[in-house]
Amino acid sequence: MSRQPENGMSERLETAMPWLFLLGSVVVWELACIVLRIPPFVLPRPSLVVIALYERFGPIIDNSWMTLLRTLLGFAIAVVLGALLGVAIGSWRIVYRGLYPVLIGFNSIPKVAVVPVFVIWFGIGTIPAVLTAFLVSFFPIAVNVATGLATIEPELLDVMRSLGAKKHKILMKVGLPRAMPYFFASLKVAITLAFVGTIISETVASNKGIGYLMMAATSNFDTPLVFAGLIVIAVMGIAMYAIFAAIEHRMTFWAKRGDGLMA
Amino acid sequence: MPPFVDVSDVTLTYGGTASGTLALEHTTLQIEKGEFVAVVGPSGCGKSTLLKLVSGLHLPSRGGVLVAGQEVSAPLSIVGMAFQNPIMLPWRTTLDNVLLPLEIVEPHASQFRARRAEYETKARELLGIVGLDGFADHYPWQLSGGMQQRASLCRSLIHEPELLLLDEPFGALDAFTREELWVVLQRLWERHKFTVILVTHDLTESVFLADTVYVSSKRPGRIVASQKVNLPRPRDIYAAEFVSLVRALKSDIVEVRAA
Repeated sequence: MSRQPENGMSERLETAMPWLFLLGSVVVWELACIVLRIPPFVLPRPSLVVIALYERFGPIIDNSWMTLLRTLLGFAIAVVLGALLGVAIGSWRIVYRGLYPVLIGFNSIPKVAVVPVFVIWFGIGTIPAVLTAFLVSFFPIAVNVATGLATIEPELLDVMRSLGAKKHKILMKVGLPRAMPYFFASLKVAITLAFVGTIISETVASNKGIGYLMMAATSNFDTPLVFAGLIVIAVMGIAMYAIFAAIEHRMTFWAKRGDGLMA
Repeated sequence: MPPFVDVSDVTLTYGGTASGTLALEHTTLQIEKGEFVAVVGPSGCGKSTLLKLVSGLHLPSRGGVLVAGQEVSAPLSIVGMAFQNPIMLPWRTTLDNVLLPLEIVEPHASQFRARRAEYETKARELLGIVGLDGFADHYPWQLSGGMQQRASLCRSLIHEPELLLLDEPFGALDAFTREELWVVLQRLWERHKFTVILVTHDLTESVFLADTVYVSSKRPGRIVASQKVNLPRPRDIYAAEFVSLVRALKSDIVEVRAA
C-alpha cells in the first residue's frame, strides 16, 4: 500500500514488463519457426495462429461461448454448494469429523477419471462438462470457507458467548464476515479450475465447446487452430481471474491491511 | 450484605475428572460490589480459568460460583471482558466494534436499529474518555496496539456490565502506554463503579489499581495470600508504601514458585 514512490520511468517500465516479455516471446517464436523451418503442423508461427483466429472467428466464438457458459454454470453450483458445505464443516465439529476425510479422499481422485461415469449417466455434452467444472472447483471453496470459520480467535468466541450470543448469531456477526477473505480468495482459484474441468470434459465427451474444437482440430492436424483455441482459453481464464480478483479486492479491502497509520 | 461474587471452594478439571488437567483447586474468593480485585500469580496458574468460571463460560467440577446472589450456570450477560489480545473485528470501524455487544445483549439487541443514534452517542462518549476522539471511524488495523486496547476496553463496557473481567489486558503494551491505560481504566472505574477482576502478572499494575490483590499458587491454582491496598488514589508507584506493598507481594510469589 505504502510502497516507496519510485520515479515514474521505472514504475512504468515495471507495468509494461509483462507485455514486453510477451511480445518478445512471440517475436522469438515467430523467428525460430522461420529460421528452423519448423513445419506448421508441429508448431505454427504466431502469425498463422492469428490468421486461424481471424478466419475461424465464428466457430471459435460459438464454441468458446459454450465453454464459458458451462464453466460459469458449474462454478455457480460450486460456489453455492462449496460455501454451504464450508459453513457446515467450519461450524459443526461432527460434520468436520465425518466429512472432511471423505472430501480429502474424494479430491485426490483425478477428475478426468470421473468423466466416463458421467457419460454413462448423462451422455456426452453439457451435463458432464458442467458437473466436471463443479467437481473440480468446489473443493477449494469449501475448504477455504471452513478454514475461515475454524480459525476464529478463541477469545473472540468467549466474548461472544459471554454476551449470550447463540451459534447462528456468532456465525452472522463474526464467522461469515471473517470467512469472506478466504471465500473470495478461493473464487479466483476455483474459476480457473472450473475452466480446467469443462475443457477436460469437452475433450473427452462433447460435440461442442472449445475443448471439442481443439480435439477436432488435432485430428485434422490443424495445429494453428489448436493454438488459437489455447489462446482463447487463456484469455477467458485470465479475464475471469481478473474479475474475481477485482471483486475480492472490493469486498475484503480490510483483510489487505497496510501498515497501520499510527503503528 | 452478601458478596457480589462468591467463589466457594471451587475445583475445575479440564477434560474429564479422572484423567484431565487440574486447573483450579479449592479456590475461594469473595468480592464486594464495586470492588477492584487483582489476581496475580505465575503464568499457567489458572488465573484465566478463574475468569471463565466467574463469567459462566466454564462450570466448576466441584464447588459453586455465585454472582449477584445467583448460581452461575450459563454465560452471564452482566459481564464485560477484555483480553491481552484486543481482537477487534477488522471489517468493522472502531465505532462498530465498540457497538458489537449491543447487537447481541438483550434488551439492546432487539432495539438496536431503533436506538442506534443513541447508542452511537454513548459509544463515541466512551471512546472520548479513553482518548480515542476522532478515531471512531478508523478501522482497527489503522490503530496502534495501545489504541486497539483502549477500544477493546470500550467494547467491554458499552453494555454497562456490572462485572468487568480483564485477562492481562495490558500485557502486550509498552511500559508508557500501559501506565496511561491504568489511569484510563481507573477513571472509567471511578465513574461507573463496576466490579473488576483483573488478572495480571504485573505486581505494580495490581497494586496501582486494585483494592485487594490475591496471589494464586502455581497449577493447580488456589488463592494462597491476599493483600489489601488502602493507599489513596491516584497512587504514586514510587512512594515508599507502594514499593513496600509490591515487595511484599513479590516475596509471596517467590514463595509460591518455590513451593
